[in-house]
Amino acid sequence: MRILILAACLAASQAFALDKSAVEKLAFGEFDERSAAIAALVAEGDDKAADFLQAVAEGEVQTLEQKGVRRVLVVRGGQAADAITGEKVDPVPEGAEDVVANNRLRKEIEGALAALKLLSPQRETRLAAAKELAGGADSAMLPLVRKALGKETDAQIKSLLELTAASMEMKGGSKQERIAAIRRLGQASSPNSRTLLSEAVTDADEDIKHEAQKALREVQGRLAWGERAGLLFAGVSLGSILLLAALGLAITYGLMGVINMAHGELIMIGAYTTYVVQVLFRKTPYFDWYLLAAVPASFVVSAAVGMLLERVVIRWLYGRPLETLLATWGISLMLIQSVRTIFGAQNVQVENPDFMSGGIQAFQGVVFPWSRIWIIVFAALVLVSMFLLLNKTRLGLFIRSVTQNRDMASCVGVPTGRVDMWAFGLGSGIAGLAGSALSQLGNVGPDLGQGYIVDSFMVVVFGGVGQLAGTVYAALTLGFANKFLESVSGAVIAKIVVLVFIIFFIQRRPQGLFAVKGRAVEA
Amino acid sequence: MSRLYGTKGWVLLGIFASILFIVFPVLSLQVSDQNSFHLSQYWVTLVGKIMCYAIVAIAMDLIWGYTGILSLGHGLFFALGGYSMGMYLMRQIGREGQYQSDLPDFMVFLDWKEYPWHWWNTEHFWYAALLVVLVPGLLALVFGFFAFRSRVRGVYFSIITQALTFAAMLAFFRNAMGFGGNNGFTDFKRVLGLPITTPETRMILFAATGIVLIGTLLLARWIVTSKFGRVLTAIRDAETRVAFCGYNTVHYKIAIFTLSAVICGVAGALYVPQVGIINPSEMSPANSIEIAIWVAVGGRGTLAGAILGAGVVNGAKSFFTQAFPEYWLYALGLIFILVTLFLPRGMVGALQRQRREAAR
Repeated sequence: MRILILAACLAASQAFALDKSAVEKLAFGEFDERSAAIAALVAEGDDKAADFLQAVAEGEVQTLEQKGVRRVLVVRGGQAADAITGEKVDPVPEGAEDVVANNRLRKEIEGALAALKLLSPQRETRLAAAKELAGGADSAMLPLVRKALGKETDAQIKSLLELTAASMEMKGGSKQERIAAIRRLGQASSPNSRTLLSEAVTDADEDIKHEAQKALREVQGRLAWGERAGLLFAGVSLGSILLLAALGLAITYGLMGVINMAHGELIMIGAYTTYVVQVLFRKTPYFDWYLLAAVPASFVVSAAVGMLLERVVIRWLYGRPLETLLATWGISLMLIQSVRTIFGAQNVQVENPDFMSGGIQAFQGVVFPWSRIWIIVFAALVLVSMFLLLNKTRLGLFIRSVTQNRDMASCVGVPTGRVDMWAFGLGSGIAGLAGSALSQLGNVGPDLGQGYIVDSFMVVVFGGVGQLAGTVYAALTLGFANKFLESVSGAVIAKIVVLVFIIFFIQRRPQGLFAVKGRAVEA
Repeated sequence: MSRLYGTKGWVLLGIFASILFIVFPVLSLQVSDQNSFHLSQYWVTLVGKIMCYAIVAIAMDLIWGYTGILSLGHGLFFALGGYSMGMYLMRQIGREGQYQSDLPDFMVFLDWKEYPWHWWNTEHFWYAALLVVLVPGLLALVFGFFAFRSRVRGVYFSIITQALTFAAMLAFFRNAMGFGGNNGFTDFKRVLGLPITTPETRMILFAATGIVLIGTLLLARWIVTSKFGRVLTAIRDAETRVAFCGYNTVHYKIAIFTLSAVICGVAGALYVPQVGIINPSEMSPANSIEIAIWVAVGGRGTLAGAILGAGVVNGAKSFFTQAFPEYWLYALGLIFILVTLFLPRGMVGALQRQRREAAR
């Protein structure tokens, strides 16, 4: 500390030149002295100091001892200059020795240079430097951080610097200073201050320990809110994905009673369609808008594949659910293999458009990615349009009538066969939409659908077959349950627990959350 | 005797048995490998493997073909039997693993100091054999009790058994389960003190599988021709009516489900020493559905059909995956579709119909 104060005084008295003792210590001294000298130079915080430190790091500094007088020179491009006064020394003196900077010293200098950037006029540079320092900095940088803090006007950088300063004071200063720093850390809500405080909790000093425990409780309380919000968001996000994956199945299985094991592959086809559209758009200036084309395209392609399957295979198997299960499983194998043949067995990369990348930082350390936010919105839109389609259009009326009483519907002139085809196409198309959404979250590969088939059946069965509302509740419930358990026990266990829970649930309540009432149950 | 099969049936079974127990050992062990009649280890392993699958197919036929319940959990029971035997085989390795430790390599790798509780006593063959029967059996008993009691039937049952299998697969993938995680068990050295890779040991395993296969076939035949079996078929065709006649269908279903699971477990236990590896991918939902297609191809509701289906599909599989690996999934997918659309009674059913039409 004393050295620093001394250095600061000296720096004030020699406004035009570098601090003599610091420069000499850096050039001639032992390691500890050199380290202190770097801190002193940084405290000056001007360009000349930065320049000199840069020179040391790059090995351009030489020392000269003539007649008992020691001089420090910066030799650059065949020209020598006195490091302290800055005056030219011509010609370059003979017999000068290099100042060797070892790795440790060089590292310290790098840190110091980063700290000096705190005083840069550019906001971005300062912000980057502040973030770097907040990640963990040497307490020797404290005077500089204080200086920067005095000048700083930007609120974000200022709060970062305050945190950094507090963490440095907490490590180094006197007892009062440390306690004050701990109190300040207690006001901040960042994961960093939690880490720092949990170190301080183990301090030998009782007062500090007590103070740190109090501050830690406060920080944890605030962070917990952020984590809860993050968990909530993750739950809604997973729920929306499950909902998208299961909505199509809610029509093909829930309403039509077709056990479509190829449902996952229809999702996969939607994802690949998105990939193809994305590749087509890559060369054009409209790349950011490719989803506008990809979403309808994936609906149409998956719906077309679904309608083809219904006409060729599935319609012969109505009323034989177990056979349908096997045949659609066969279809799924063939679809997987065809995609492998066409696109290769490796995953393909689907790039997000600009508005899907990045995220909102809602709390310290909790980021809501835009892609997930948009998918939640998208799932809601799909749900609403499906509801309107089923309840407000003629096709929807036909679909409902055929599911409720096929013979009667046929009697009054509903073309049941064609309605089956359209309904199956609708379910498959929605699976395609789900694929399009999933392509924005992760890699797209031939096995994409396999991961969702068990999940989507669980959602539909859990919600109650034939119930759209049930599917929505089931998807959200399972999403939350999964994410909540995940935070407690890890992802795999969470998944297993949820599956086992559903198995038991179905045994207690085979009709699902929302039962179809009346005689339809036995059919 | 005469209730099970007629004269022709017994003769066919005798021919089948003599091929397994005379032709195979002689061609594999007695004929020198220079001779073109020599059967290589590849064939012995392949046919042994297919026989294990045939045992599973019989088990599946009992529950699906005769009782009308499509279980997608049979891959799980098979794997559980395999893991039970695998634990014994791992302990037979002794100190010959990579790390020369008393513990299996994967436990050394995880830095475990002793066997976890569920490995207790697995160094004894009798205990492992007991596990092979008890683990799948108890799981099926408990699961079946809950499922059938609450009248879970049809596709619902298929879906929840699939979910069970999937959950088990996820669990077995975890290292913490103590079953070797991803890699499962492999690198077995000996079984019952015999080195596991010699042709003689392989032939013993092969013959044991053959005996179990024929035993299972006779047991299944005995069941389906008994009154118990008739009730099972009646449950398949009209469960409510059987219940109204005073039969407790739940008990029948639990019994046949448990028996079927035990048979699967035994098949798995025979499979693992012959193939030399067991890992969680055996439990993937795809495997369980494939079991169903063996039975469907051969002919549901006929035991010979189950064996035939397992043989044909798996024979085709090993042919395709060697000759044209990229077309196997197409072929398998087509089998699924064509059989369900055009051969609802399978190959045996088609043969029977042809014969009936010829006789007319």
